[in-house]
Amino acid sequence: MRWLLLKDLQILRRSPLLVALLVIYPVVIALLVGLALDRPPGKPKVAFANLVPPGQSEFSIGGRQLDVADYAPRLFESIEAVRVETREAAIAKVRSGEVLGAIVLPEDATDRLRRTLSLSGGEPPTIEVYYNASDPLEQQLVQSTIQARLAEANDALSDAVLTEAAGYIDVIVTGGEVALPLVGAVDILGLRRAQAIVEASIASLPAGAPERVALAQVARFARLAADNLDVSEPILATIGSPVEVRQTNVSGAARSSLGAFFVAVAVTVSLMFITLLLAAGMLALEREEHAFGRLVRGLVSRTALLGEKIGLAALCSFAVCLALLCGLAAFVGLEWGRAPAWLAALAGGALGFAAMGVAIGALTREVRAASLLAFLLSLPIAFLALVPAGAVAGGLFDVVNVVSGLFPFKPALRALDGAIGGGEIGLPLLHLLALTLGFATLARLSLRRFG
Amino acid sequence: MTVAVGDSVALRAEGVSKRYGARMALREVSFRAGRGELVAVIGPNGAGKTTLLQILAGVLAPTAGNVSLAPEQVGWVPQQPALYKKLSVAENLRLFARLEKVEDVGGAVERMLGQTDLAARAGDEVGRLSGGNQQRVNIAIGLLRSPAALLLDEPSAALDPRQRERLWSFIAGLAASGTVVVYSTHDVGEAERYADRVLVLADGELLFSGTPRELQAAVGEADDLESAFVRFLHDKGH
Repeated sequence: MRWLLLKDLQILRRSPLLVALLVIYPVVIALLVGLALDRPPGKPKVAFANLVPPGQSEFSIGGRQLDVADYAPRLFESIEAVRVETREAAIAKVRSGEVLGAIVLPEDATDRLRRTLSLSGGEPPTIEVYYNASDPLEQQLVQSTIQARLAEANDALSDAVLTEAAGYIDVIVTGGEVALPLVGAVDILGLRRAQAIVEASIASLPAGAPERVALAQVARFARLAADNLDVSEPILATIGSPVEVRQTNVSGAARSSLGAFFVAVAVTVSLMFITLLLAAGMLALEREEHAFGRLVRGLVSRTALLGEKIGLAALCSFAVCLALLCGLAAFVGLEWGRAPAWLAALAGGALGFAAMGVAIGALTREVRAASLLAFLLSLPIAFLALVPAGAVAGGLFDVVNVVSGLFPFKPALRALDGAIGGGEIGLPLLHLLALTLGFATLARLSLRRFG
Repeated sequence: MTVAVGDSVALRAEGVSKRYGARMALREVSFRAGRGELVAVIGPNGAGKTTLLQILAGVLAPTAGNVSLAPEQVGWVPQQPALYKKLSVAENLRLFARLEKVEDVGGAVERMLGQTDLAARAGDEVGRLSGGNQQRVNIAIGLLRSPAALLLDEPSAALDPRQRERLWSFIAGLAASGTVVVYSTHDVGEAERYADRVLVLADGELLFSGTPRELQAAVGEADDLESAFVRFLHDKGH
């Protein structure tokens, strides 16, 4: 069998185009994935028109001066702002496609905010957002980005208002100075000090004085009010964040990062293409070169021939994909201590795909047909394995699960994801072993008519 | 039908049958061939010529019957050159010599390169050789283990007249050295010129085994073997 293996390696060495594809393909995948992971997606370009007249962007809460402009940088963290002077200019840029969306801060935004905060009534301020709906994907990206950032700005403003509100309450309870619009600084007595004054007045009255009862009621009210308002601060804090979110991964396994998962996908896709094409092609080549009949008339058994092709394809793809994984690890910063698990997952995946590849090779008569079939099968198998739970109806998802479980992509991806991210690899490897045996048996049966 | 030819039988097939599902590709074919004998298997398309040779070579297992020689005692030359086109002539010979477990691999390769007159092309990739030279390498591989019998499936089908002449000269030399040669052909003229004996197959059945002259005699007066062959098949209902 080793002479056959050497012969196949010799043939591969003399097929520079094929070998170049086998090497370049995963390298390109590695670079693309690495670059994508290394650099976050670019900020969407959004026009920004601040129509608030200069010098009027400030507003006051409890005597504290805030500026709307202070909240703009939060928005610009996620977008590339293209500043324009007018609403029309902003809309024109959206229409022309120069920007994906536009945010317009109307002239009366600060006035409305000021009135709302001073409890003077009127409509709350409105920020205008314009989208270009020609590309739904881009629209979704801009919408979600702007909405998320506006929500953050709202939260920050809400925090500031709540902080000032808590300050007011504190002044009401303990007394102090408050700055009010138009009136200016006002000294507030406070409930505690009022209670103390009233209690002092009661003490100074004669024992039977009729005013004592009424003053005692006032003092009790002041105490009760102060005690109850004291607890209002934590209540106000809960208004800002009424719900606390606690996240737990019920799988029990350490969840790999998104970057690690992308690495697992990239390596599994490369492993699938290289192994399937190589195994299917090299077995079909024996038939295309008319050598199969010569080989199996006592020189090599059909089973040994299959074993040689599985071993060759698995070995080559294992080596290439290990290099790919190591290259990606440099981009993503994977944990090198898990390298033994990487090797096990790669070996299991390579064997599974190689067995499937020889089954394809045994079912076809020539290399081109084998390659085409391998390629055509690869895409839907990968697609099905990547369908997330909840993306389709429950019954359909069960069918998708069963179908993708019949091919090595899903268990190979799980094994690699587990190996890279520190999760379970035992079950996926057993799954791959079962598939290897199943596909090898199918290939062996198909070889009976392979003459 | 069993035909004995001479005392020194080198190859014997007994009641060989092959069934593919409901279709019988061969029906109880039996014959014997002696050392140095050149046997041509002729018949119309689908007669079972290739199937018979593949069973004799051990490529196919018969449904019934047996063959006297084991596959390793038989040299097999399929119709299409069974060679790796990315390997050189010498590499192909060396690979099959190793797979055939030939003791002196280097010696066998040198011998075959000499016999096929391809020593000057030993380092050339087979894919770059002419059809005639590829067929010579194909035959050389069949002869690596110095087999008692050489089986060739339409060996001259893709060759020009000059290449055919050289091929038959080479095969005649093999037969002269004692190797029994069994070949199939569509060219009845080739059977007439080079075969000691012809086997006529039709619909998987062996209808005739004898010398070309005996086939002509079997149908009465005929201008040549081809006319005799056509009339013979007609007389037999084919």
